[in-house]
Amino acid sequence: MTIRASLCTGLAVLALSGGVAQAGTATVGLITTLSGGGAGIGADVRDGFELALAMSGSDAIHLVIEDDGQRPEQAVQIADRMIQSERADILTGIIFSNLAMAVVPSVTAQDVIYISSNAGPSPLAGAGCHPNYFNAAWQNDMLHEASGAYASEHGMTNTFILAPNYPAGTDALTGFKRRYTGTIAGELYTQLGQTDYAAEIAQIRASGADSVFIFLPGGMGISFMRQYSQSGVDLPVISTAFTVGQDNLPAMGEAAMGVINSGQWSPDLDNAANAAFVAAFREAYGRTPSLYASQSFDTANLILSALAVADVDDHDAFRAALRAADFDSVRGDFAFANNQHPIQDVYIRQVAMVDGEITNRLLGLAIEDYVDVYAAQCPME
Amino acid sequence: MTLALIFEQLLNGLQFGLMLFLMSAGLTLVFGVMGLINLAHGSLYMIGAFFCAVAAGATGNFWLGLAAGMAAAAAAGALIEMLVIRRLYDRDHLDQVLATFALILILSEATKMVFGPFPLYLNAPPILSGTVNLGLVDYPLYRLALIGFGLLVALGLWLLIARTRLGIRIRAGENDREMIAALGVNIRALYTVVFALGAALAGMAGALVGAVQAVQVGMGEPVLILAFVVIVIGGIGSIRGAMVGALLVGVIDTMGRFLLPRAFAVFLDASQASGIGAALASMLIYLLMALVLVLRPKGLFPLHA
Amino acid sequence: MRDTHREYALNTVLALGLLLVPLWALWADEPFTITMFTRIAILALAGLGLNLVLGLGGMVSFGHAVFFGLGGYCAGILAQHAFNGAPILGLPGTNQMLIIWPVAMLVSGLLAAVIGVLSLRTEGVFFIMITLAFAQMVYYFAISWPAYGGEDGLPIYVRNQFPGLNTMRPLHLFLICWGVLMLALGLFAMVRASRFGAALMAIRQNPDRVAAVGIEPFGIKLAAFILSGMITGLAGALMADLSRFTSPSMMAWTMSGELIIIIILGGTGRLFGPVAGAAILVGFEVTFGGLTEHWKLWLGLVLLGAVLFARGGLIGLIAGRERLG
Repeated sequence: MTIRASLCTGLAVLALSGGVAQAGTATVGLITTLSGGGAGIGADVRDGFELALAMSGSDAIHLVIEDDGQRPEQAVQIADRMIQSERADILTGIIFSNLAMAVVPSVTAQDVIYISSNAGPSPLAGAGCHPNYFNAAWQNDMLHEASGAYASEHGMTNTFILAPNYPAGTDALTGFKRRYTGTIAGELYTQLGQTDYAAEIAQIRASGADSVFIFLPGGMGISFMRQYSQSGVDLPVISTAFTVGQDNLPAMGEAAMGVINSGQWSPDLDNAANAAFVAAFREAYGRTPSLYASQSFDTANLILSALAVADVDDHDAFRAALRAADFDSVRGDFAFANNQHPIQDVYIRQVAMVDGEITNRLLGLAIEDYVDVYAAQCPME
Repeated sequence: MTLALIFEQLLNGLQFGLMLFLMSAGLTLVFGVMGLINLAHGSLYMIGAFFCAVAAGATGNFWLGLAAGMAAAAAAGALIEMLVIRRLYDRDHLDQVLATFALILILSEATKMVFGPFPLYLNAPPILSGTVNLGLVDYPLYRLALIGFGLLVALGLWLLIARTRLGIRIRAGENDREMIAALGVNIRALYTVVFALGAALAGMAGALVGAVQAVQVGMGEPVLILAFVVIVIGGIGSIRGAMVGALLVGVIDTMGRFLLPRAFAVFLDASQASGIGAALASMLIYLLMALVLVLRPKGLFPLHA
Repeated sequence: MRDTHREYALNTVLALGLLLVPLWALWADEPFTITMFTRIAILALAGLGLNLVLGLGGMVSFGHAVFFGLGGYCAGILAQHAFNGAPILGLPGTNQMLIIWPVAMLVSGLLAAVIGVLSLRTEGVFFIMITLAFAQMVYYFAISWPAYGGEDGLPIYVRNQFPGLNTMRPLHLFLICWGVLMLALGLFAMVRASRFGAALMAIRQNPDRVAAVGIEPFGIKLAAFILSGMITGLAGALMADLSRFTSPSMMAWTMSGELIIIIILGGTGRLFGPVAGAAILVGFEVTFGGLTEHWKLWLGLVLLGAVLFARGGLIGLIAGRERLG
């Protein structure tokens, strides 16, 4: 039974070291995906957070990081361990909606604060909002709505829409259609994790559409864009930062060139905080940060800003300090709505070659001071 | 729904089928000769794609990348055979499943440690980009090339097994291990060669298919499951069965994805029909596999009928 | 026979250790240790179900996660209907574990009957693969079926209840799971000692001889498969309550692999094999997961070592090779 014995001592030691949080400091548990296909996004989430801590020079945050393997049960177990054994005050870092749905309700019920640095499933933004749950990224529909608005305003009248067949996919297409005024040339749901899109591209070709909207995050997007670029179909593609973000662009290469996409941030967004962030990130990690990294960077600074004025053990004061969102966001203006999701501008970006690197370039504003549609259903003031 | 679209979808199904054949050829070869069930086949596929991407990126030449991918997968295969697989031939399938499952964990993590967590860039060679006019439709040249590759591999494997000295030994080994050992053939070396050959086939598939898909850690897992469906339908160990199984799965999967949402759209609204149609389409090939096994418990072309 | 004594001693240590460590943890205020041991008990129960077909009957099911997930969904769906008051199939939902468990076992048993009737016609690799195919089929269905959350899964906001206990308290939930596990272990021991169990083990070794003495192997195997599915389904219902969540990933093929790993690490066919295996696996995840990002590499190496060099699993290492017969 030596495994069990050493395990218990190990846990006890961790609990002791984690339990010494004093006024102005906090233990933050970062649960993210560091293995499998989503590992690149997880690396950006981790690096963005650590960069913010390093740049602040503050040692107010004791950071604990663990890989969830993109499995909900794993994430739940890690969250329990971080809360119950390492006495984490705040959790963050989960990338995927299905993992967030598994972890967030149980974390907030244990009176621990969760700050989402990615993933904003609608049940948590509407009636299921919670004083201990903050979202420093977006509600899931937000960027897709912005793409819909842009498509309508820029002469796209007959769009073919495509997403994987899972809740975030249906949210994406619902979000797009909410602000889109044209007709839908075709609507297709593909298998989650699908790698071959020949059958879908053939239908796009045959549909008579004037444009294509896709939500295919991660490897699915790479597969689709490569196959689409070879298919001879040259309809304009509109998407969101999840499909053609900096995590995917180096792998997509010229296949992604020209794709219009929405995001609340862009590497070339013009503000001082962002310029410093992008430069420091490139310096530290040798690559351009993605949207995911920017959100995690903001999350870290949000926590630091609250720790500067309130004690994390005084929950009411600390939550109020978080809600004030008194930090320099790399996306410019940032405030929390009543459901503690961001009120922010959403921009339109385009994939382009900038200084020899394939990246996103700002085109303009899509929606100003956006508040998600679920906020009205949230009973919090 | 025009004739051209139906034709294109059938062609897509055929093309997807040959892609599946490329993925499953090595798997079925290894099972046929050694009776080994190798879950790490998908990892060898991944290794082929990663080395191809890196070599093609460094040299600017896809074909050098392809060669590098095959060589790397073959080398990895030979090494794995000598260190691990060799000990598994006399074990039951349970031990084989578990040991090769462990290899998946090890190889995925090792690939991430070596190549980093981000997906890699790999594109089809310029000579194969663009489309060709086939009368009814414009079809991507690279996909036509994949059809050609699939057929070439099938032909090559047939020639190898039917016409070469190695093939004679392979066939003999399938039938009676002791006998060919008694004839003085070095069974250990033969098995290492066959396993490396299977790995090279996996690596080639990874490199070829990687050029139109995402080269990332974990890319081998969905491929592995599809390849198993294919070879189980065809009859494990049979090259001919793998070809028939691959074509069946390719065409049925593609047509299911294409037709089911349309069928439901007759009596449901577009969004719902697409969702339900897609859900059923994703189950279709497993249904096919179950059906085949219920009717023919050893697949369509049993190896030792 | 000395080895048998040693196995009994080891089993006693495992059963008591599993109970005493959480009691200690309550005293030491280490609630996570209790959660962890609850998880071990539940995974052991799921593994025990599989052990019945795999260990005793020699049927390598590579799709047992489907029963685990289905049991979880039974708990989740019934709880959701109890929560929102909507009837399901004309009946009200419930949040009583004592009702949920039989439902979960019944539903899992039915699915096991269907899968069993179709799969048990095949053997060897084909059996491995057809069970995998059925599991994948249900997995993809669960991902894309929106009514109960699809890939997002189904949260259980308040844990289901057990008369006289407060399931929200970690120790109470643990005691429930531990009790169920002990009952299931007793059932397993009874099955193994019964004529049914003897026939099942005989089929594994020589199906023809069993058929020659007038026993129909198919019926025996099917009965074992159904019982196995029911136990794993029950474990799924408990797991859903522990994580207060159920999702398609409970049915993923890697979960099926994990259940097999649990049995192998502990000792195939051993009464307490799944308990030892689950303890090793969970202990490994928790310790190494926190230490290194590359924990899966180490897990793979340990597993490989266990398959190649420790064929009897942990119990085999300590208590010697399994007796034949």
